[in-house]
Amino acid sequence: MTNKANVVLHQIQVGMSVIYVLLTISICVAFVFFMAFIRSVRAGQYDDSYTPSVRMLFEDELVEPEKDSQAKKTEITNQIQDTNQ
Amino acid sequence: MLDKTCYHCGDSCESGPVHYDEKVFCCHGCKTVYEIFSDNGLSYFYELEAKAGSTPNPIQQKYDFLDNPEIVSQLVEFDEEGVQVVNLSIPNIHCSSCIWLLENLNRLHEAISVSQVNFPAKTIRVTYKTEGFTLKTLVLLLASVGYEPYLSLEDYAKKNSKVDRSLLYKLGVAGFAFGNVMLFSFPEYFEVEEFWLEQYKVVFRWLMFAFSLPVVFYAAQDYFKSAIKGLRSKMLNIDVPIALGILVLFLRSSVDIIWDLGSGFFDSLTGLVFFLLLGKFFQQKTYAFLSFERDYKSYFPIAVTRLTDKGEENIQIYNIRKGDRLLIRNQEILPVDCVLVKGTAEVDYSFVTGESKPVTKEEGDRLFAGGKQLSGVLEVEVQKSVSQSYLTQLWGNSVFSKDKASNFQTLTDGIGRRFTLAVLSIATIATAYWLVVEPGLAMNVFTAVLIIACPCAIALAAPFTLGNMLRIFGKHKLYLKNTNVIERLAKIDTAIFDKTGTITTTQQDAIFYEGIELTNEEKNMLKTTLRASSHPLSRSLYSILKYNDIVTLDEFHEYEGQGLEAKTNQHNMKVGSASYVGEEKVSQALNTSVYVSTDEEVKGRFVFKNQYREGVDEMFRELQKTMELGILSGDNDGEKLRLQRILPSNAKIAFNQKPEDKLNFIRDLQQSHEVLMVGDGLNDAGALAQSNVGIAVSENINVFSPACDGILDAMALERLPLFMELSRKSIQIIKISFLLSLCYNLVGLYFAVTGQLQPVIAAILMPLSSISVVAFTTVCVNFLGRKLK
Repeated sequence: MTNKANVVLHQIQVGMSVIYVLLTISICVAFVFFMAFIRSVRAGQYDDSYTPSVRMLFEDELVEPEKDSQAKKTEITNQIQDTNQ
Repeated sequence: MLDKTCYHCGDSCESGPVHYDEKVFCCHGCKTVYEIFSDNGLSYFYELEAKAGSTPNPIQQKYDFLDNPEIVSQLVEFDEEGVQVVNLSIPNIHCSSCIWLLENLNRLHEAISVSQVNFPAKTIRVTYKTEGFTLKTLVLLLASVGYEPYLSLEDYAKKNSKVDRSLLYKLGVAGFAFGNVMLFSFPEYFEVEEFWLEQYKVVFRWLMFAFSLPVVFYAAQDYFKSAIKGLRSKMLNIDVPIALGILVLFLRSSVDIIWDLGSGFFDSLTGLVFFLLLGKFFQQKTYAFLSFERDYKSYFPIAVTRLTDKGEENIQIYNIRKGDRLLIRNQEILPVDCVLVKGTAEVDYSFVTGESKPVTKEEGDRLFAGGKQLSGVLEVEVQKSVSQSYLTQLWGNSVFSKDKASNFQTLTDGIGRRFTLAVLSIATIATAYWLVVEPGLAMNVFTAVLIIACPCAIALAAPFTLGNMLRIFGKHKLYLKNTNVIERLAKIDTAIFDKTGTITTTQQDAIFYEGIELTNEEKNMLKTTLRASSHPLSRSLYSILKYNDIVTLDEFHEYEGQGLEAKTNQHNMKVGSASYVGEEKVSQALNTSVYVSTDEEVKGRFVFKNQYREGVDEMFRELQKTMELGILSGDNDGEKLRLQRILPSNAKIAFNQKPEDKLNFIRDLQQSHEVLMVGDGLNDAGALAQSNVGIAVSENINVFSPACDGILDAMALERLPLFMELSRKSIQIIKISFLLSLCYNLVGLYFAVTGQLQPVIAAILMPLSSISVVAFTTVCVNFLGRKLK
């Protein structure tokens, strides 16, 4: 008799602690998502909800071999400056 | 080649196409941009969206003021260790090609590290290294590829204005707490005497309590603040019963769990706040690319060129003093009232009056702030400083500091007053009854009444009806500042219109010829002469002349501010102002005209008349059924007869109205009427601010409109009567929703008064009433919105 009662009592104690552990974990997980939301708002992710939807559709292009592109660039910018002066 | 439109911008290539790389371009500007793009591996731009480019405008020395480090430091957001970050507004952004190109700016210059576009706001944020690169080079680079940034006085010293994201945070907190509390309270809804449930009830309840704390003290704080503000000014607004409901919910629930009387109403409490905030969020539709707060600052340049003994210098326009000499270049805006000292001015006052025809001024004439110089360089002497100029003085008027929305009692607040009184009296009577019958239940009943009567559904009816309507209006080209404007629009009984630019169009002219009939040869020559000129009058005249034989000109000259001269082998032709072609008797009619002479003999003139927008007659006919009409014009009364014909006989028509006059006219009318003002230019700004609802009409909504409550695309002007009608219908929908939610309240009150309100009933009734009101209003509004199609 006493033995059986002890087992039940033990089960209750184990059960309780498991519930507490689960509660803590579930609240922690929920809290992590909540913080993620707050961070994303703070970072300005919700300020512009349109442009990213267009941006993700741009094709990735092949990177051209770096042949004298540097020289070309400076030439172009010089040209721009010249035309605007 | 079949395709006759420009490969870059899609404009017609009729006048002198430029061929390059097997493609056609309308001008050298477009060709240059194409060259820049293809040389830098940016030709993907044309694959994304064909013909999406824009023609670059000639820049000249317009941005020289960016050499001044003081001005630059006011414009950039971040400036440290050789890196600057700047946020520029580019009105030209319009498609996905634009986004792609502007985000790949680093391929055009290695100093640019990151560029990011905000499409709805039409802005770009660029991070660049200052080594060998400046803000000026960036602006010039952008301008050279057709994306000229818009820099105005408004940007000056506007330091990182913080975006208000508090509503999003509050919504997040309330939603987070609502979800969790729902889960914790779910087991107790069934109230079974179960062993484990009994064990953990206390833990769950205190967790719910903990979750509701941030909801009550953070997420719901606006309701408390507004309720206190309302009570202080002796006004029972709708937030009073809401705040009372939230407070009672929280206190009653806390008491319940402390003395173990029940599980409390934390689920209803967090749900209520979440739904209310959702309504607020929905109502907060903004058009990021439009601004409803603009004053002259958005039109004025940041700096101008001052002439001193030492030469030219760039000065900030607030530093302009009376007596300074300024240099105004082509396309620059006059920031102050001044006297023309040197050069011929051709000033476009369309910002100010809506009239797009330039006015010619000569040395010694007075020029007013707000005009845009169209040809050549001017030297002017300043007469008044910026804040004292004719136009800018208007903003000193107190109407501009008045907030229309806060002085207007909304329908919801009006209901709130009666509602609060009714709820309080029901609660008192019920409590008194139970005090006699069973004193133990009295407090329970009192709080239950306040909880169940919390007007969540009523508070949601207006945001969802008006928020939906606002979106529908937006789709049909009427952009309103906020939902409050719809309610005010529904009350309007008088509509006043500006004339030039509002009911007349600036894009099309009615052009008449007066004088000796031109021969065919002369007509052809005229068309050829006009073709070479880029003056706005030449362009519009060119487009209506139908003759097509192009003759070769031997000589062509354009005299800025005067006219054109062309020579063929036998004849010469002059087109331009009366004095230029040699016409002596200048006609007294004040319409804009262009004179033509051949071989020094004046032939006649083309008269430009304002053309009324299509559908204006019909619009007035519709509007006069429900309201009184009027016209306020800054012009002379040349059009009086025509206007009297299309307006009802009791309409008020006034001419020669100065900006101040317009404002006062509206103010007088408001003694007995609710007035709608429809205008366009800066000269209407006072009247727009003073009126109950001010709507700015704009041909191109990307071009800025003065401060107003709404911006209407000129194409949609004829729909104005329909917009008014829909506003009135929206109010009716809100009233019906009030009745609907009152029904739910009555059911709830039955439970509350009889003392049987269980948390589960509150948890069902409250969301149910809110959801049905939201569904009802959304369906109704969308049904009404079909009328606009």
